[in-house]
Amino acid sequence: MSSHTALPAWAAIAPMGLFAVTALVLFLSDAVDPDSENSALLAGISVAGSVASLGVTGWFLVSGTGQPRQNGAISIFGDSLVVDGMALFFTALIASVVTLVVLASYDYVKDEQYQAEYYSLVLLAATGMAMMSAANSLATAFISLELASLPSYALVAFLKHNRGSVEAGLKYFLIGALSSAILAYGISLVYAASGALQFDAVASALQNPEAAGVLGLGVMMIVGGFAYKTASVPFHFWAPEAYEGAPSPISGFLSSASKAAGFVLAFRVFTVALGGEAVLDTVDWVVAFQVLAVVTMTVGNFAAVKQEKVKRMLAYSSIGHAGYVLIALASLTDAANRPFVLGSGMAHLLVYGFMNTGAFLFLALTEYWGIGREFEDFNGLASQAPFACAAMSVFLFSLAGLPLGGGFFSKFYLLMASINGGVALLAVALVVNSALSLYYYSRVVKAMWIEDPSGDLDIESYPTGLYAAITIAAVVTVLLVPGFGPVAETAQMAAEMLV
Amino acid sequence: MVLIEGLLAFTLAAAVVVFLSPNRYAGKLATALSLVPVVGSVYMWATFNGTGNALLASGETAFASAFTWLQLGQYELQWLVGVDGVSLPLLVLTTILTTLALISSWTPIDERESQFYGLMLLMEVALIGVFTALDFFLWFVFWEGVLIPMYFLIGVWGGPRRKYAAVKFLVYTNVASLVLFIGLFALIFGLGDSLTTLALPDIAQGVRGGGLSDFNFLGLGPSWLKFFAFVLMFAGFAVKVPVVPFHTWLPDAHVEAPTPVSIILAGVLLKMGTYALLRFNFTMLADVARANANVIAGFGVLSVIYGAMLALAQRDLKRIVAYSSISSMGYVILGLVALTPHSFGGATFQMISHGLISGLMFMSVGVIYNATHTRMVGDMSGMADRMPWAVGVFLAAAFGYMGLPLMSGFAAEVLIFIGSFQSTVISAAPIYTMVAMFGIVVVAGYLLWAMQRTLFGGYSLETDYEVTSAPFHEVAPLVVLLLFVILLGVAPDLVYNMIQDAINPLLGGGGA
Repeated sequence: MSSHTALPAWAAIAPMGLFAVTALVLFLSDAVDPDSENSALLAGISVAGSVASLGVTGWFLVSGTGQPRQNGAISIFGDSLVVDGMALFFTALIASVVTLVVLASYDYVKDEQYQAEYYSLVLLAATGMAMMSAANSLATAFISLELASLPSYALVAFLKHNRGSVEAGLKYFLIGALSSAILAYGISLVYAASGALQFDAVASALQNPEAAGVLGLGVMMIVGGFAYKTASVPFHFWAPEAYEGAPSPISGFLSSASKAAGFVLAFRVFTVALGGEAVLDTVDWVVAFQVLAVVTMTVGNFAAVKQEKVKRMLAYSSIGHAGYVLIALASLTDAANRPFVLGSGMAHLLVYGFMNTGAFLFLALTEYWGIGREFEDFNGLASQAPFACAAMSVFLFSLAGLPLGGGFFSKFYLLMASINGGVALLAVALVVNSALSLYYYSRVVKAMWIEDPSGDLDIESYPTGLYAAITIAAVVTVLLVPGFGPVAETAQMAAEMLV
Repeated sequence: MVLIEGLLAFTLAAAVVVFLSPNRYAGKLATALSLVPVVGSVYMWATFNGTGNALLASGETAFASAFTWLQLGQYELQWLVGVDGVSLPLLVLTTILTTLALISSWTPIDERESQFYGLMLLMEVALIGVFTALDFFLWFVFWEGVLIPMYFLIGVWGGPRRKYAAVKFLVYTNVASLVLFIGLFALIFGLGDSLTTLALPDIAQGVRGGGLSDFNFLGLGPSWLKFFAFVLMFAGFAVKVPVVPFHTWLPDAHVEAPTPVSIILAGVLLKMGTYALLRFNFTMLADVARANANVIAGFGVLSVIYGAMLALAQRDLKRIVAYSSISSMGYVILGLVALTPHSFGGATFQMISHGLISGLMFMSVGVIYNATHTRMVGDMSGMADRMPWAVGVFLAAAFGYMGLPLMSGFAAEVLIFIGSFQSTVISAAPIYTMVAMFGIVVVAGYLLWAMQRTLFGGYSLETDYEVTSAPFHEVAPLVVLLLFVILLGVAPDLVYNMIQDAINPLLGGGGA
């Protein structure tokens, strides 16, 4: 009998609670001293909060809270939230990304106004994302999704004297509002067909679906809502704009954590609530995801090839990666292999969380140094900052799927999943797109290491917070090579509980 | 045994140490550290007790070790390494050539030295891995791992068009890797549930043992699948070898790469392609190779003749050697596809021999270039007067290339020709063989022409400094390498016995 079984059930939401509490502490600190210039204090509180959340999540994962070896999943608030392996896996991922982002933000927003608001918005969004990973009812799903989205809009537009940032925030908000509406309408149609919002209740009500047309339309609208949140085609238009205009740490945050949160919700909704045979007979969302996966990865990668700005290239590559992860939904052809297939998407999102956040944080570093955004502006950077450039090369090669980082393994796992699901087209699309992606990722590497520096490149400061965050991300990306086994195992175990 | 892990770990640690060392000492330090893998691999060669082929059931893989790395669904991915008579000589070649290439870098590399030598050692790690890994996943990690250091080595320290050459190399060979990846995965897909690991022996024995016989995909049967996999894997490896018409990356990469990198590129990297062809196509799918022997032999002969013709048209010494490598690799393809014991063994022997001789040629060109700063035939003549030692070795290497008896090239080519002449799987084998032998005449043509123009005659070279005899540390590796070439020419059995032992089970009829 381990000690925490004595804790009340609601203690299981401690990880997401810690995010919320940290956000409130930040507000409090701001209320006490609104003109504070003490960015170290604010960043410190945020880092402490997110590390605490990560620690508690890790402790839960290790000790087995919410998992089969400790009485199984913990349901709270009338089954509308559930803490299980899946929720903990993604909370750990989100907490890791948030830690990196706030650590890097210490240098990035040091000279901005409204820092307390910035950090608390990040943590509120993180709260929403963590709740998305635990949402077990369409109502909580929608609320947590909005909780994650609303702070994100503000964060994208945070650099309010920068036209690009404000414009990106507005676009992100308008498209976000539209797709929220679509999602809400889809939820209402599914509710009309099933008479339930809680996922298990929806599933049992839909064993004999009656209003097939309504249900089908609802499911397709929910697919669309998630496509927006995960930046998948055809709802991807906001992503390049938002990622490019936003402050770089926020771009990393959105493209890693927010995408992961969208996916975990999709995993849960489609396997638990809408995963029944009868639903699939009515509307075969697996095929829909197959189309989306192929189109998303192809569009993302081909668009990335043509970019001249590094950040925009990474934004499109992020769309490509959303396409890779969609394989995890598109290969759910056979009930027996569901845990294996879902695990592949989870593992890729985890690896992606580190390598992609790291890459965006490197861009934050270059913006901090005042280096331009085009490929040419990176010329010869390695002669000035070899360490940061080495880390960036690790991120990029790992994103491309070379075995320098965990990205190779997670792509390999996705490939196995697509073969396991018998969808050979997905496997071929994955391989072809990965081959293509090496071209545009290597352009950055080439600029940094091989091209000669242009005359006016002169770097004097080496910001601690950004360097620390980049170092951690790089080390974890590399450590995921030998350590991929436990990650894949944890992901599969978590997925097994779901299906 | 943990010898292979030790080699890999030591070399990796050495690479890290060199990365962090000051530029001034990096070259000497890297060379000194690289002697340890040399000693280790020679020790492995001396105490080698393996028998049979590492991929087939009969026999014992030497220095093998295995443990589970991770479990993905039904497949267990293993750390599985070991060597047999085919891979061990290539391993020894890799370590020796790396050390010599490191010594030959002392003069030409004069910026960012610690990064250069660190990357060279990283590449050695990946190469050792390629030749020792026996699990597909692990092997592919090392196979791809070679690309990254090579990309930087060409791109940072290369010639004027290095950026173009580096990107071309990276993208071209990476696409090839993914093509072969799809090919092998087609086999894994076809083997289905009967396969529980991705170990190469399991895949090879599964395919050879008829594990694909139940395969049916849209009405297409096992023979279709095997053909499909064979074509993809052949295309993927053909880029690495390279086989005409997949060779266009090679001249760019070679000409732009700094000389020490060319040595590794020609000496070892090309052998990755032929080694993989032997391990994958000609071991797992020998029946497909047999059925399509004429076409494959056609590619081989085409490479021999076309590569030699291209070499004939060059006036850059490095380009001449680069194109002649394509020609020499054509012999390997011919030898492999003839599927007779002599030709197969000769082809494997040719991998070692060509590794040594082409390394020697590039190194000689490099030594001359270090003194003259030109590689163009016609810009210089009478170099023999000024650099007797370097020119002497260059001359010897060129004759080795032409197949002078008592040098390793002779042994390799004679074996290939005898074997392919007798081949029963290639119809009209004597004609293919005779056409390929004509390649030697062309080789003699361009090499003698180039040497006549540059090495002999009256001395002339426009420089504002005096060209003198090359320093000792540049000539010494040349002599060492030449001794190896002669040693293998006089006593091919030093490696040929173990090669024969490893390939005989392959050719001894179907069964696993």
